[in-house]
Amino acid sequence: MDLEPVKLQYATSRESTDIVHLEKSYGLFIDGKMVEPRSGAMFTSVNPATEEPLTQVAEAGSDDVDLAVAAARRAYEHGWRDLPGKERAKYVFRIARLLQERAREFAVLETIDGGKPIKESRDVDIPLAAAHFFYYAGWADKLGYAFPGRRPKPIGVAGQIIPWNFPLLMAAWKLAPALASGNTVVLKPAETTPLTALLLTEVLRDADLPPGVVNVLTGDGVAGAALVNHPGVDKIAFTGSTDVGKEIQRALAGTGKRLTLELGGKAANIVFEDAALDQAVEGVVNGIFFNQGHVCCAGSRLLLQEPIAEAFLDKLRSRMATLRVGDPLDKNTDVGAINSRQQLDKISSLVDAGVEEGAEMYQAPCPLPERGFWFRPTILTGVTPAHRVAQEEIFGPVLSVLTFRTPEEAVAKANNTRYGLSAGVWTEKGSKILWMADRLRAGVVWENTFNRFDPASPFGGFRESGFGREGGVQGLAPYLALEAIDA
Amino acid sequence: MRHDLAELSRVTPVRVMAVDAVSLEQRAAALAGRSLKREAKLGALDLAIRCTDYTTLEGADTPGRIVQLCAKAVRPDPSDHSIPSVAAVCVYPEMVPTAVGCLKGTSIGIASVAGAFPAGLGPLSARLEEIRWVVEQGATEVDMVLNRGAFLSGHYGVAFDEIAASKDASGAAHLKVILETGELGPYDQVRKASMLAMAAGADFIKTSTGKIGTSATLPVALCMAESIRDFAEQTGQAIGLKVAGGIRTAKQSWQYLVVIQETLGVEWMHPDRFRIGASSLLNELLLQLRTQQTGRYQSLDSFTDG
Repeated sequence: MDLEPVKLQYATSRESTDIVHLEKSYGLFIDGKMVEPRSGAMFTSVNPATEEPLTQVAEAGSDDVDLAVAAARRAYEHGWRDLPGKERAKYVFRIARLLQERAREFAVLETIDGGKPIKESRDVDIPLAAAHFFYYAGWADKLGYAFPGRRPKPIGVAGQIIPWNFPLLMAAWKLAPALASGNTVVLKPAETTPLTALLLTEVLRDADLPPGVVNVLTGDGVAGAALVNHPGVDKIAFTGSTDVGKEIQRALAGTGKRLTLELGGKAANIVFEDAALDQAVEGVVNGIFFNQGHVCCAGSRLLLQEPIAEAFLDKLRSRMATLRVGDPLDKNTDVGAINSRQQLDKISSLVDAGVEEGAEMYQAPCPLPERGFWFRPTILTGVTPAHRVAQEEIFGPVLSVLTFRTPEEAVAKANNTRYGLSAGVWTEKGSKILWMADRLRAGVVWENTFNRFDPASPFGGFRESGFGREGGVQGLAPYLALEAIDA
Repeated sequence: MRHDLAELSRVTPVRVMAVDAVSLEQRAAALAGRSLKREAKLGALDLAIRCTDYTTLEGADTPGRIVQLCAKAVRPDPSDHSIPSVAAVCVYPEMVPTAVGCLKGTSIGIASVAGAFPAGLGPLSARLEEIRWVVEQGATEVDMVLNRGAFLSGHYGVAFDEIAASKDASGAAHLKVILETGELGPYDQVRKASMLAMAAGADFIKTSTGKIGTSATLPVALCMAESIRDFAEQTGQAIGLKVAGGIRTAKQSWQYLVVIQETLGVEWMHPDRFRIGASSLLNELLLQLRTQQTGRYQSLDSFTDG
């Protein structure tokens, strides 16, 4: 009896969207209430996996920014600033717990608004967002111990502008330390992914957070610019592209406003010949295809030591052939939808440029849905440091592959970039990891892993990747004035 | 076909790659979370039955017990003729003649443990003699154990030569080498033992004897499957994988099948290249199969004892 081998088909296991109740339209969250934008202007938020409109969202203008900043100022001066730390902590803890209670709802909404796989919003974005609130809630009544010899005081009103790649998580990274430190906030979520920040306003109200402590203004760059330039704002925290970051820094020069920037990256993921290669393949896949490569710290440059380069690429290509690209709500999906048509066009044009410059392209042979914004997981080999795809941030599921011969060469190539946000080192030799970590100019160096985040660990960049740290005790500093205590 | 490791390393160096435990376990957990279509579940259950080495390895085994085992192996569910036979029965040497008598005329393999199972620490001549004897008696598959004493003390040459000699002694019978991964320590050791056994001539590598506390786990199976994939890439030879010990539920069985399919590809989804050593699992598979078909759970008493 000769039998053919059996191939198992995975079931579509689609997360239900019933848990999410979308309104027909959303206003701006100012002073604890949802209000219409002054101009009446609205825009549509689209599901990038289907191109279907989800809901209408208010487009904030400078009048609305005035109102929000004024509300934040009142809340700061009439209560929040002077509230004892242990009282502020109760609110932040409450937000964390409410987020956990509604985790599934947030995960589904994050996935339909942004296109990321439900596996990731469920297991990474939402749990980490809650973890950040828990972590900083713990600091609220211990600020006096965070910076020995200094007396910490809140700064005032913080304007926070966040990107579309981890919408709720970035809101949490920004809000949690600001609130724990006694500041009030005007938060502007990204244009393409405003919905979880709007849902978060329900959590803030349920947590009885005093009106005006957090205000949420949806909109585009106009609202962002108005916030940056508003004289009533004491601090700007921005996560997004390097170009916009530079504009903000120019605008703030000489104003006395504080600034932290978390910008782009072009991280090197460096694999030595003695590495655990099968696991390094998993790490490289996770490093670049996690969240469709829409990750500022993505391992977008793979540096392979020459003796294992070919074997490693064979393994990587076989592994890529098993990636499942498609419906982000399917629990089996590994790679979801590109966040917007604009981003898809940018990725396509950079990849075309790479092929034109002589790179060889391999794309995972997976079927793609007909509607929506999709890009196949892609690797470009034969890339040299002079190629655009080795220098420019693509912010998509595209990996540029380079090779090296010695650790010195690996360091030189890894550091040969405008950026300096993260790096990965894969080797079984501990001393080599430490040697590399000393020399890599990157804010985070992962060892035998990639894209691991923890609220207790500071995150941030060097050079054109920005400055300032988020997470850990270091993440409190940008939200505190640290006066010296006379001995 | 057996290879001299030194010879092999001259022609095609067999590299033993390092293993990162954290990442390996993460990958295994991710694969365990894949959900299968209903038809795929039926296919997986059917395949799991066809890949089963239906096993009894008890000191209390008697010819009567073996007759019962063999009957169940041929026809796992007498009330349903669509249910396939298992791949093989797996017994102690003394029970081989009985099994041969029972399974005459069927395509079911007769696997015998041999070579001072489960410790493997008897005199080599006696171990080889035991292997020759079971093959003479009609065993078509031999499940031997890696000499962990030699392996763990760094005498890899001894461990290698013993497997190579056992391969010679097995003749035409298929040789499965049990690594007893629960005694080897870290995954690097599992990988090293896997490569050593395959280079020495194993047709299958197998996780466990089932005689110690720690048996097959999903990460161990993934680690061994990755070794098999590397060996195939480096030598062109396809070696099989047998997981054994502690596999009691249908869900576990298809999690192993997912690991095999994702790591080694669909060519390994076949009893020639994948086996599950188990006893109580068989009725669980039948129960799940009938549940999937009828939509109703049955009592385990609806299925015959093996």
